Amino acid sequence: MVMKTLTGNFAVAEAVRLARAKVIAAYPITPQTTIVERLSEMTEKGELEAKMVRVESEHSALAATLGAAAAGSRAFTATASHGLLYMHEVLWWTASSRLPVVMAVAARAIGAPWNIHVDHNDIMDQRDTGWIIGVAQENQEVLDMTIQAFRISEDPYIYLPVMIALDGFILTHTVAPVEVPDQKEIDEWLPPRRQPYIVSPETNIVMGNLTSDDDYYMMRYSIQVAQEVAKKIIEEVDLSYGKTFGRNYGGLVECYKCDDADYVMLLMGSWAGDAKEALNILRERGINVGLARIRFIRPWPSEILKEKLKNKKGIIVFDRSISFGNVGQLFIETASTLYGMTNMRGVIAGLGGVDVKPEDFVGEVVAFVDDVEKGEVYDTIRWLLPPKYRDHKLGVTL
Amino acid sequence: MPVRLSDFPRIRYGMPGNAACPGCPEAMGLRYVKMALGDNAVLVMPAGCSSVIQGYEPKSGINFPIMNIVFASAASLASGMKAAFESQGKDVNVVVWAGDGGTGDIGFQALSGAAERNDDIIYICVDNEAYMNTGIQRSSLTPAGAWTTTTWTGKKEYKKNLPMIMIAHDVPYVATASVGYPQDFIDKLRNASLIRGFKYIHLLAPCPVGWKFDPRYTAKIGQLAVQTGLWPLFEYMNGKLKISPFSRLYRRPERKVPIMEYIKLQGRFANLAKDPEKIKILEKEIERQWEWIEILEKATNNKK
Repeated sequence: MVMKTLTGNFAVAEAVRLARAKVIAAYPITPQTTIVERLSEMTEKGELEAKMVRVESEHSALAATLGAAAAGSRAFTATASHGLLYMHEVLWWTASSRLPVVMAVAARAIGAPWNIHVDHNDIMDQRDTGWIIGVAQENQEVLDMTIQAFRISEDPYIYLPVMIALDGFILTHTVAPVEVPDQKEIDEWLPPRRQPYIVSPETNIVMGNLTSDDDYYMMRYSIQVAQEVAKKIIEEVDLSYGKTFGRNYGGLVECYKCDDADYVMLLMGSWAGDAKEALNILRERGINVGLARIRFIRPWPSEILKEKLKNKKGIIVFDRSISFGNVGQLFIETASTLYGMTNMRGVIAGLGGVDVKPEDFVGEVVAFVDDVEKGEVYDTIRWLLPPKYRDHKLGVTL
Repeated sequence: MPVRLSDFPRIRYGMPGNAACPGCPEAMGLRYVKMALGDNAVLVMPAGCSSVIQGYEPKSGINFPIMNIVFASAASLASGMKAAFESQGKDVNVVVWAGDGGTGDIGFQALSGAAERNDDIIYICVDNEAYMNTGIQRSSLTPAGAWTTTTWTGKKEYKKNLPMIMIAHDVPYVATASVGYPQDFIDKLRNASLIRGFKYIHLLAPCPVGWKFDPRYTAKIGQLAVQTGLWPLFEYMNGKLKISPFSRLYRRPERKVPIMEYIKLQGRFANLAKDPEKIKILEKEIERQWEWIEILEKATNNKK
């Protein structure tokens, strides 16, 4: 083990090196670019023995990664924002091909207009594709989660691609101390590549041709089964990793001071740090708040959330994304699990990188708690507007 | 290297009962690919008629390892596969089999990317000159004058000259072929498989359904395309362009078979067949083709 100061993107690159990925195909996009740059440097300097396919687009990046996976090699790609949207079609094809692949996503806002800052709409847009989707809070977790992603993806009960998201700039470009495990330790912990089939002259198989509707339906069902099994395996991998490397994160959800809490903030990504700070302030003021940090949005941790949160007085969900015409996606997901069991509110905040401070979380929680105590939780969606627009009148009167 | 029919393997690569239409040039072409490359090849296929010819899983109408992939990224998937085989120390021919749409239109970006990177794959454009699988819509490779379901009065624009565009990518191998001349196609595939880097073969594939001709004439029309000069066969290798033997025979204008022999067999050119003025559009196409080829032939063979 060695301690290094790494940006989130460099932590991803270190993890890919340790996992001994054999083929990397990626196309640069802010704020993911330094992952491609660092991996190119590693392969050219011989720090990582891998083939680099310097593709001309993200659509091709994932296609090349999928091709490498189909041919039997551990393959990796990385992207962000529009790159991820451009890949969308291949995301489906990859998951439905049941080939293990790992991808890092530097979560970033989607245009128009152009905005390169953190926002979760790009990853939220991929929830239906069949990928396992993890979201890290800080750089150490980025490294650990990326290494774990290979083991999860290549687990014979799963065989699905895994996407690891790290918040654009806040993690991708911010340096923090990161413990980097030794190669030997990782070689012992991470099994050699496993996959359901290989497309090669020896195997002579055809992958992805037409199928009967009945078989298609059953293949779809099998992806759902794998996602369900993944819930357990992600927990096991987290425990096993913790045993070897001394760091556990709580599997699908990190429940921070949830057990004795009356109210729980639910969110994901790097601003969980600010939310934890807010939590401490609130507790000092006598408001008994906990935090449920979603680590995996796919598979969605419904059982754990139900178990941990159903008896709370209220759940406040902070979304860094929105499903236009409805509410924030995390709220939709949480409501699908807890609706009717407890009071709920969704807050849309931090879109396009708008800074959200601990006191903003405090303000929203206090307002929510007030409403719950008064029995007046009427608005399920609230907009935490940017500071200079705080007086902006919401809605339209027709 | 001349190829003799008796040299070909007798193994069945296109399985009986596959979903190809009668007289399908793709089913013919696929057989030739495997005859040329043998068992050490993997096929990458974007959407197209060949996706259908494979039939329903768990069986396949084509005795090949095939990775199917979405339309726009066949070349990239092949690049990734090749990289993986290379990293495993395996020497496998990774072959893309894509239609004119998957090559010249929706797949063009990926094709250009793989060519520029000089990735070690063989890319075959099986060109039936329209989007046949969706029901005969025009593509950028549909010839001028041809009827399609999106060009009812005949296409106004000329066929995109994809082989020339690929030569401009400075790749080590570019060739044209026709299902009418299997030996020539197989010969070119074998040449391509011996070269490292990006190889592009553009195979003309007359489609009985889309071109509206009797299915028994697939090979004949494939030959007439060459004999009229409309589809010149050539091979660009080691930086030199050579006109292939079957086209060399019809090189001089007076040796060329009149274009009418080609169009009169095809319903898609019914409009042209009625009007000698309109035939000029294809005569011009022949001139354009040969002009390019002769310029390149001269330039590449004279250089030291």
